[in-house]
Amino acid sequence: MSNTMPDTTYDKPMPPLNRDSKPFWDSLKDHAMRLQRCADCGKVRHYPRPVCDSCYSMEVDWMRASGRGKIHSWTITHHAFHPGFLGNLPLALVTVDLDEGVRICAQIRDLAPDQLRVGMPVRVDYEDATADLTLPVFRPA
Amino acid sequence: MTSLMDKCAVTGIGETAYTKNSGKSVVALQMEASLKAIADAGLKPTDIDGVIPYGSLEVVAEEFITNLGLQDLRFSAVTPLGGASAVAAIQAAVSALVAGVANHVLIPIGRNGSSGERIGARAAAMPQFRTVGEYEMPSGNIAPPQLYAHMARRHMEMYGTTSRQLAEIAVTVRSNAILNDNAVMQKPMTIEDHQNSRMISDPLRLFDCCLESDGGAAVIISRAEQARDLAQRPIYIMGVAEGHPDSPSTITQRPDMTTLGTAKAAPRAFGMAGVSHKDIDVAEIYDCFTYIVMCQLEDLGFCKKGEGGDFVSNGRIALDGELPINTHGGLLSQSHIIGMNHVCELVKQLRGNAGKAQVANAEIGLVTGYGDMGDGAVAIMRN
Ligand SMILES: [Zn+2]
Repeated sequence: MSNTMPDTTYDKPMPPLNRDSKPFWDSLKDHAMRLQRCADCGKVRHYPRPVCDSCYSMEVDWMRASGRGKIHSWTITHHAFHPGFLGNLPLALVTVDLDEGVRICAQIRDLAPDQLRVGMPVRVDYEDATADLTLPVFRPA
Repeated sequence: MTSLMDKCAVTGIGETAYTKNSGKSVVALQMEASLKAIADAGLKPTDIDGVIPYGSLEVVAEEFITNLGLQDLRFSAVTPLGGASAVAAIQAAVSALVAGVANHVLIPIGRNGSSGERIGARAAAMPQFRTVGEYEMPSGNIAPPQLYAHMARRHMEMYGTTSRQLAEIAVTVRSNAILNDNAVMQKPMTIEDHQNSRMISDPLRLFDCCLESDGGAAVIISRAEQARDLAQRPIYIMGVAEGHPDSPSTITQRPDMTTLGTAKAAPRAFGMAGVSHKDIDVAEIYDCFTYIVMCQLEDLGFCKKGEGGDFVSNGRIALDGELPINTHGGLLSQSHIIGMNHVCELVKQLRGNAGKAQVANAEIGLVTGYGDMGDGAVAIMRN
């Protein structure tokens, strides 16, 4: 039994959490994004998974991410592929090259679609969607 | 290593009517297409001893034992590559046939993609979409038109590709559909119609996106020495291969998001076939989106990376052009039968009975499949 009331008003897709990714989602809740790093060879990897594809180690640690990156690509979505996003159109989604060498896909704020450019510097921010879920967003750096 | 070149042939093809509302079950559509393919080959249902059903639909190989009275099904497999499954299944079938595991392999596909469950709902439930489901869907990056829009935008920014160039593909494929009595879309389309179609996920407009359809299609693959004694002229499989891109389950993390698994499959398929690009008389290119057609043409080697926009312009891909593509109308304008309609069309072209869209003297052709965010498969066939 949960101690808190479930949030029944949130109508967007929820991430199905798993053991490999829990530290990542927890770090977003803390507004301090962490990335999975191989504890043996130091290679940063995203999205979280159990094995390092460089040295096959299954030992991991979690590093604090700089939160800085550059726009790699984007799309502006005008159609609600999930009813939860009907009130959020158009939806500006960016793929961002993080300084750590991995990418993240998230919504971008404070930028008109016609200002988007490959290589534009951005920084991560956090939006609390529910008491248990925080999503990353990007803003111009 | 044993080459698979010319060891097997497509011996039968079958297609149902392609519609927006079949009024039939998915099993019934697949059985109807399968029975047509078996009859086309001049075989009896009980001659089928291998089945490769589509992995993500509700029909399993054992349905064919039950419905067709198969006495000794010796080989079954699935090729879970989304839209690349049909062509990847040809590779699996040829491998099993050459090894002597089976004699006549049936590859059926059939779906109610229009009247039944739509692709967005299906995709979210597929294990291949688990990663996107966890990390991207919560932010709103949910459906293929959005996932692929990031690829298309990157291509445009890197290479200057334009929406009007993508329109060339949509318009060409529509003009082919109009020649085909079994194509859903029959209304002519102009470049301006494409440019005026509503934006779905920029840069992809409505007319950059394929149809959702009901229907079934099936092929039979047999060893060459048996194919020669059957009812149809054998269409030999010269080369076939599948390829998976880097970071196959998320486009976001792919080092080069403008390159598909097709780029890995193509050199193997061409190498096995022993032909070059100028030998290809007709190409049926998996066209879930116009951008994916252009990207495959690059990854297949018909032009260099970044030159796809120019390649598809100036009539080169039209019926009377240098490389006619999607002569049946494709997924964009004929029907979305997960690319099995592309395989059937290539066989018709090489048999010389493709009707009003027949490419003159078509002797060697190519068919591709593409799916699951980047998997590619390529088959090269001859008559
Ligand atoms: Zn390592």
